Amino acid sequence: MNFEDYRGVWVFIEEKDGAIAPVSLELLGAGRQLADKRKTELAGVLIGENISALAETAFEYGADKVYVYDAPIYRFYRTETYMRAMLACVEKHKPEILLYGATSTGKDLASAVATDLPTGLTADTTQLDVEEDTGLLLASRPAFGGNIMATILCKKYRPQMATVRPKVMKALPRKIGASGVVVEECIPLKEEDIRTKVLEIVRSTTRHIRIDEADIIVAGGKGLGSPAGFKVVQQLAEALGAAVGASRDVVEAGWIGHHHQVGQTGVTVTPKIYFAIGISGAIQHLVGMQNSGLIIAVNKDPAAPIFQACHYGIVGDALTIVPMLTEAFKSALGRKEEADAGKV
Amino acid sequence: MLHIVACIKQVPDTKIIKMNPKTNTMDRSSAPAILNPYDAHAVEEAVRLRNRYGGVVSVLTMGPPPAVKAIRKCIEIGADEGYMITDRAFAGADTLATSYALTKALEKIAQTRPIDLIICGKMTIDGDTGQVGPGIARRLDMPPLTSVNKVVEIDSEKRHAIVHRKLEDGYEVVRSTLPCLLSVEKEINEVPYSSLPNMLRAARYQPHIWSVADLPDIDKTQLGLKGSPTIVSSVWAPPKPQGGTMLEGTQSDQVSQLLDILMARQELFAAASGGEAP
Ligand SMILES: Cc1cc2nc3c(=O)[nH]c(=O)nc-3n(C[C@H](O)[C@H](O)[C@H](O)COP(=O)(O)OP(=O)(O)OC[C@H]3O[C@@H](n4cnc5c(N)ncnc54)[C@H](O)[C@@H]3O)c2cc1C
Ligand SMILES: Nc1ncnc2c1ncn2[C@@H]1O[C@H](COP(=O)(O)O)[C@@H](O)[C@H]1O
Repeated sequence: MNFEDYRGVWVFIEEKDGAIAPVSLELLGAGRQLADKRKTELAGVLIGENISALAETAFEYGADKVYVYDAPIYRFYRTETYMRAMLACVEKHKPEILLYGATSTGKDLASAVATDLPTGLTADTTQLDVEEDTGLLLASRPAFGGNIMATILCKKYRPQMATVRPKVMKALPRKIGASGVVVEECIPLKEEDIRTKVLEIVRSTTRHIRIDEADIIVAGGKGLGSPAGFKVVQQLAEALGAAVGASRDVVEAGWIGHHHQVGQTGVTVTPKIYFAIGISGAIQHLVGMQNSGLIIAVNKDPAAPIFQACHYGIVGDALTIVPMLTEAFKSALGRKEEADAGKV
Repeated sequence: MLHIVACIKQVPDTKIIKMNPKTNTMDRSSAPAILNPYDAHAVEEAVRLRNRYGGVVSVLTMGPPPAVKAIRKCIEIGADEGYMITDRAFAGADTLATSYALTKALEKIAQTRPIDLIICGKMTIDGDTGQVGPGIARRLDMPPLTSVNKVVEIDSEKRHAIVHRKLEDGYEVVRSTLPCLLSVEKEINEVPYSSLPNMLRAARYQPHIWSVADLPDIDKTQLGLKGSPTIVSSVWAPPKPQGGTMLEGTQSDQVSQLLDILMARQELFAAASGGEAP
């Protein structure tokens, strides 16, 4: 393997509901920095049906080039078809670094591609850097349940691949009208040779508030004592127009569904305000919310680790404090509405 | 008659593990070894499918000799056979080297009883990648189906499986040819308490144990640390957060201070006030 042949930083661009998934935009931002440091180009790989127009968006978020595989066979994500496209693209154009979002699709694709190439793949990366002169990717991630951070290298193979957690990297500000090179690619794939078929897609009808998209999250923990105690969190969330989050212990106790779990094995969130109520602040919880804009903790134990990770803390019984806050907030908001109404 | 193999791993319980703050290595004696919690669901699903369609459930692990305990745990859940590959040559394997070694063992298992379905857990709590399952599938040229939260049907006559794959806002129904490999979510099932007969059987159960020498056509350069493209170059303690401002005074003082902090960001609550912004 001649390392000289492998150049450029690539991002697998995931499509979601006709747009580029936020994690892919974040990766273009992170990838741009790596590419600039290596003085090489940043390219996106876009696979799907009728997705060519998304290349524009990729350019606006920092890509120099986009490889496009646009065909009906890619209508739904399937490991077999997407993997064939990605393998062909890698073999033909040889990137030095290839990043995927650590989503279920990104992880599935990356694992298959890594095995076939073969090359090393670092999972769930939260920090990326590159050695300017050698091109060695420094991919760091929490390990052993978040107890340590580890930097992982792939010295002997190219491309170097990593999946990267959503919501940790920053997308660049959009540059309207930025342009780049579109490279249309095509490989011979026949539907009858593909062993998996997507028969149906079922969207859940009860549209739960997506906690990863919420501006405000009120999250409750085991300290609330019972499902009835957990209600104080739900009431505050309702008053604030916030989404409800939860620690893993609460989800495991069945007080609320797993969509609400924040943390290492749940969702990573970065709301503008995050309330941690009756949550101890275990490292696996912290990794999922520590980049929030404003963190407010309520806990009756002054030594709870959550107080190290918050901006403002209240030591006390959540079961009395939170309802007080809910009421105070409701009446303050009422006053504000009256004032606003007065202005009109 | 189906032959289902669940891949399982014994892991340190990372929830209570203690780290040596000087070396940033884990103090193994502080953490009891358990069956990877996600893999218990893989075994349970295999057992349920066997009960539904008939057949045999085997479990396979790669690990040090004490991992026999994890196999016994799977027998308690209801597995029929246990296989373990153990050898110093496997030590230090990353996901690529792990999937290679497990594939060699699966090929040997398949010689005596062809495999229809392989089930893996979503991820391990120590490796924490979810990459080993799809890796095995690629090496055996089986379709990998990840994020599976329901098995609708396994048809051994028509040679297909129909499963639900979890999506962010729902699920998709996928049909795959057999054999295939599933990585299952933990909500796919609940693992009940073990029955007494299974516990008795597990206590006496002796798994098949193989070393590298027992695996045919194995390429030793692809094993263990040597066969691993990724290496851990450094470990460090996660940065300690700084700590925040503690509010003081009576409870109602604290609440009103917090209210002030929130009302300073009024614009965020436009949605809560119910009306459109004027
Ligand atoms: C591999 C792995 C992955 C994990 N992933 C996650 C994850 O994604 N997300 C996650 O959250 N956890 C995760 N965990 C679990 C994590 O380690 C903790 O066990 C969990 O976060 C603790 O939840 P908790 O804070 O609700 O409960 P506890 O740790 O029990 O804390 C309860 C807190 O409430 C306080 N309290 C009690 N009563 C009151 C009261 N009346 N008023 C105010 N405060 C009160 C207590 O002082 C205490 O601090 C993971 C663990 C492992 C090993
Ligand atoms: N050493 C191992 N022995 C057997 N199965 C394993 C081993 N490591 C991983 N697996 C399987 O692969 C899945 C994903 O593991 P990981 O990629 O380590 O997160 C696990 O849930 C197991 O089903």
